[in-house]
Amino acid sequence: MSDVTWSRVQFGFLITYHYLFPQLTMGLALIIFILKCVAYTRKDERYDRAAQFWGRIFGLNFVVGVVTGIPMEFQFGTNWARFSNYAGGVIGMTLALEGMFAFFAESSFLGLFLFGAKKLGPKWHLASAFMVFAGSWLSGYFIIASNAFMQHPVGYAVGRNGSLQLSDLSAYLFNPWAIWQYLHTMTAAVITGSFVVCAVGAYYLLSERHTEIARICVKVGVITGLASSILILYPTGDASGKLTARYQPAALAAMEGKFKTSDHAELAIIGEPDLVHRKLINPIQVPYILSYLAYGSFGAQVKGLNDFKQDELPDNINLVYFAYHIMAGLGTIQIALMVVAGFMLWRHRLFNNRVTLWLLMLAFPFPYIATTMGWMTAELGRQPWVVYGLLKTVHGSSPTVSGGEVAFSTLGFVGLYLVVGILFLYLVAKLLGKGPEEAPRNALGAPSPA
Amino acid sequence: MNMETTYFVIVCLMFTTYVVLDGFDFGAGILHLFVAKTDEERRTVLASIGPFWDGNEVWLVAGGGILFFAFPRAYSASFSGFYLPFMMVLWLLILRGLSIAFRSMEESPLWRTAWDGVFFLSSALMAIVLGAALGNVVRGVPLDHEGYFSGPLFTNFLPGANPGVLDWYTVLVGLFSFVLLAMHGAIFLRMKTDGPVHDRSAALAQGLWYAIIGFGLLTSVATVQVQPQLYAALLSRPLAWVLTVGNVVALVGIALGLKGKTAVSPFLASCALIVLSLATVATGMYPVMLRSTLGAKNDLTVTSSASGALGLQAGLIFWLFAMALAFGYVALLFRSSAGKIQPSEGNGH
Repeated sequence: MSDVTWSRVQFGFLITYHYLFPQLTMGLALIIFILKCVAYTRKDERYDRAAQFWGRIFGLNFVVGVVTGIPMEFQFGTNWARFSNYAGGVIGMTLALEGMFAFFAESSFLGLFLFGAKKLGPKWHLASAFMVFAGSWLSGYFIIASNAFMQHPVGYAVGRNGSLQLSDLSAYLFNPWAIWQYLHTMTAAVITGSFVVCAVGAYYLLSERHTEIARICVKVGVITGLASSILILYPTGDASGKLTARYQPAALAAMEGKFKTSDHAELAIIGEPDLVHRKLINPIQVPYILSYLAYGSFGAQVKGLNDFKQDELPDNINLVYFAYHIMAGLGTIQIALMVVAGFMLWRHRLFNNRVTLWLLMLAFPFPYIATTMGWMTAELGRQPWVVYGLLKTVHGSSPTVSGGEVAFSTLGFVGLYLVVGILFLYLVAKLLGKGPEEAPRNALGAPSPA
Repeated sequence: MNMETTYFVIVCLMFTTYVVLDGFDFGAGILHLFVAKTDEERRTVLASIGPFWDGNEVWLVAGGGILFFAFPRAYSASFSGFYLPFMMVLWLLILRGLSIAFRSMEESPLWRTAWDGVFFLSSALMAIVLGAALGNVVRGVPLDHEGYFSGPLFTNFLPGANPGVLDWYTVLVGLFSFVLLAMHGAIFLRMKTDGPVHDRSAALAQGLWYAIIGFGLLTSVATVQVQPQLYAALLSRPLAWVLTVGNVVALVGIALGLKGKTAVSPFLASCALIVLSLATVATGMYPVMLRSTLGAKNDLTVTSSASGALGLQAGLIFWLFAMALAFGYVALLFRSSAGKIQPSEGNGH
């Protein structure tokens, strides 16, 4: 494989692995903040204990997110030197802002949140939970804004030496692509957080341990999970799809496996793109819907893969197609599960319904898979460009780094991350085995009233 | 001061703050096997850096971000040129973070001893690597006319036209950095701990002070030899004279502080020593960001590698605002965890 291919494999692997952690960090940060708010306003110590418990899992998850995130900041320079040289004056801005505004807040207040509960008192402890939430969500925006520029470059000019410069700061920072992609990504992070919180709560309920805290987890998780599962489809998913149709029509065609241009275009529910015969095999399709979803009109024309310049098509159409369909399919399953669980919660039947609890316990990998597939759709759909329409990925690599070197370091990362993953799972299992602290008991040994 | 120079100062400031802050936890990692013998003592060492280490690494990431943004050419040339050494640095940083975070999450003494070893090795190597990296920047790298280079890990260990990342000079700077950060860590532990850890750290700090005088003189003489341009620039700039006097004052301040009873003042003097010595190097380097061993026409200077004016102006405003916040957070964090570590606080770690 060439150095560019190896660098793509390396970046893809590192970012996919890394993002398993921040998505839970960002989702949990919101849920912990909600738990702390309830604890504070209702003076309910059970919610405090739930927040403390999730704080410990958050801390572990956060550490792995941090250590796997450090390589990301430098991947641009090590593996994509020509891209960095070309676009650094623009996207470097938001990467620097992320460090300066988000990471400092997040790391400082996480220290206070985890180590300073006693010293701070309830009000400042709540405030530090808020700052951890705000820091992690701000961090998300800056990263998305950097990525959005690569997807849909705005606010730039070409400088004297041929590299990109900022020409309009607010156009760059408030790129419409960034705003919708951010809302979509953050909603997905809340889904991940909600499903994980639900799964742990359901696990405790089914094994009849820590039931008091477990009910709080399931209740809060189902409410945030239901809201976010619907928001991921509409409006955030819908708007992201429309932006893709407008600015990256080739990516849309690849996502749908659509080869021929047509009006009244059909939406592919199931099927397999066949690149040799240039058609979708074994399709189940719904007529008119793709035109409507993409352009808001049942009759709108959707351009097919055959009618683009062939060297400006995504270079892995099958993977774009499958990634997108797995994301959409899992998103549908997530909505269905959360609607059922939400209904049961409303009818006060959820905590005794073993089938639903089993489903909640086992469903937590779905959002991780869906998020990964969503990113693969976005990043592979952007190909062959690294900055859409401006710089091709093959022209962005490091001129002095060879394929063998990247292969070597990729294998090193794979090995190291395998060990990191095993250790992480072991330690999470240990934290889950220990569970939340039991309620403080009064002199008679009975639980004191909340 | 023009925009490029302002950003040169900013980048230097960010990385210097990184070395000062992460430096004390590198130092703690280098020393903990020797100053903390029992499990409880080791937990005390970890608890003393527990709230800080992660925030300290943010200075590296934020500094890298600003370098990327303000000087894309210098960023892309240096990180791609040092490809393999840099990957190994990343692995060290990952292992180091995990050793701090994971060590006390399991009771088994074998688990803890293993992570103690990882913590020591990764901290020691990082301290050496940071010094060697600075050594490379001072000595220069084989930048070609397109502004890229490829730095092998080592060649013949001589600083010539095509040097390796490691040669006798960069290794010497690496060892100096190792001793300096070890002393910095010892002084930090002297400030933050009580009992045997405090006493051992205080004793080590005194010994390391002499080692720094030795290595400092050796490194200075070697720098004159390897990079006469830097030395000439220093002689011609009055600021450098002020900084040199400042270095001496900081060294004397550390020695006097260590003899006295106060906990904080030698630590501040040690911070000042790191800041002043790095500022001296930066003063000698300016306006070069990355020197070429193949001739001055290939040097990457602040003007040849800076990005567009509008972005730099906007970024400056953001930076001032962000730094005010960041210094506020650091102050809050230091205040809320001021004083000596109590044995019970070690339980979280």
